[in-house]
Amino acid sequence: MNHSNHVVSTAITPESIADSSLVAPDAVAEYALGLGDDALVLAHRLSEWITNAPELEEDVALGNIGLDLLGHARSLLTYAGSAWDQTEDDLAYFRDEQQFRSHQLFEQPNGDFAATIARQLIASVYFVELYRALSASTDATLAAIAAKALKEVDYHLDHSVQWLQRLGLGTDYSHERMQAGLDAMWPYVDELFREDPCAAAAGDAAVDPRTLRAAFDATVPGLIVEAGLEVPSVPAARGGGRSGVHAEALGPMLAELQVLARAHPGARW
Amino acid sequence: MNHTGVGTVLMDEKVIWDIAATVVDPEVPVLTIEDLGVLRRVTVDGDIVTVDITPTYSGCPAVDAMRDDIVSALSTAGYADVRVRQVLAPAWTTEWMSSEGRAKLEAFGIAPPLQDRGGGVVNVGLGIRCPHCGSLHTRQLSRFGSTSCKALYVCQRCQEPFDYFKAH
Repeated sequence: MNHSNHVVSTAITPESIADSSLVAPDAVAEYALGLGDDALVLAHRLSEWITNAPELEEDVALGNIGLDLLGHARSLLTYAGSAWDQTEDDLAYFRDEQQFRSHQLFEQPNGDFAATIARQLIASVYFVELYRALSASTDATLAAIAAKALKEVDYHLDHSVQWLQRLGLGTDYSHERMQAGLDAMWPYVDELFREDPCAAAAGDAAVDPRTLRAAFDATVPGLIVEAGLEVPSVPAARGGGRSGVHAEALGPMLAELQVLARAHPGARW
Repeated sequence: MNHTGVGTVLMDEKVIWDIAATVVDPEVPVLTIEDLGVLRRVTVDGDIVTVDITPTYSGCPAVDAMRDDIVSALSTAGYADVRVRQVLAPAWTTEWMSSEGRAKLEAFGIAPPLQDRGGGVVNVGLGIRCPHCGSLHTRQLSRFGSTSCKALYVCQRCQEPFDYFKAH
């Protein structure tokens, strides 16, 4: 009886953005491509933990978080591809390293479990602030993807904060490894908040990453100190992910991500 | 039932809704997509039936199975041209789960979602009731479970582990 009570104005779908009439304006597509690549690359990195995490529950947790991120990547890449008549698979599997726009933080090898937690902490706070701001995008599709993603990344943040505290306040050994993890990932924080020409070109449809820095600085250092750890004081990495300059580790990761689709184009199961 | 024969199907949104509403979640088969709040809207335009569903989580792989099952249920009932759209806005929330759905979940051994998942630096769901013995003396084993929508708990009284359908 309530079949028409919930009127839905925006149809957004990983599979059916393509067959609806939703086409991203070019500048919005370029912006969405960068966000989609961030989500895709981090999702793949997290999937590498499955069967390798310190305990079964963490295999499941990191796998679940990766699955959410993969969902964001699918929505964002499908929407970006609508501008160029390309599918999510065309964009994920058939672009080369230099064509990816991901930030270097997400490309970093998993390393120690504590380094992955450090990366998750930085990434989750960044995503929470980004998607919160992007839910007010003037582009209805981006706003809808962001509003949905926000609820999920908020939960991912809980996961990393719990581990940050457990490892930081645990034994001397876990503390040392958590600090080393933060030190290893911290150089890549700066890049997340630099000026992004794609965001600028997309205007109010996008979020200027520079506006997110204050919220990050108001949250993360406090969490680190609360866990008995020190906010790293290390120089920032050069960056350049948004313009196709990547960490060395991205190439081998993409080789693994893309090999099947390239060896058997159009393969289905 | 005059809507079961090809050519005599009733192009009525309520009738179509009721057929689509028989499709169950492949991972939680006691819940229909209506109970879950995943089934959002049915519209009819001439011979074309459009069913809108919303994914629970962005990456939920069960959505594809639900889509196929909706098409299959409606074709069996004689609807030839069925299109299933996924809608992301407004974002799905466990508040859309029906009270029947919540009761069915608990009877199946899955604790239904709390209305509020708490707040603060670390969110802790309090008062999650063991679906086996009813005790509130339960403990979270893992925030992530067998599917995106569940967490793993254990009851401190009866010692049984159980799934908790996360408030979202």
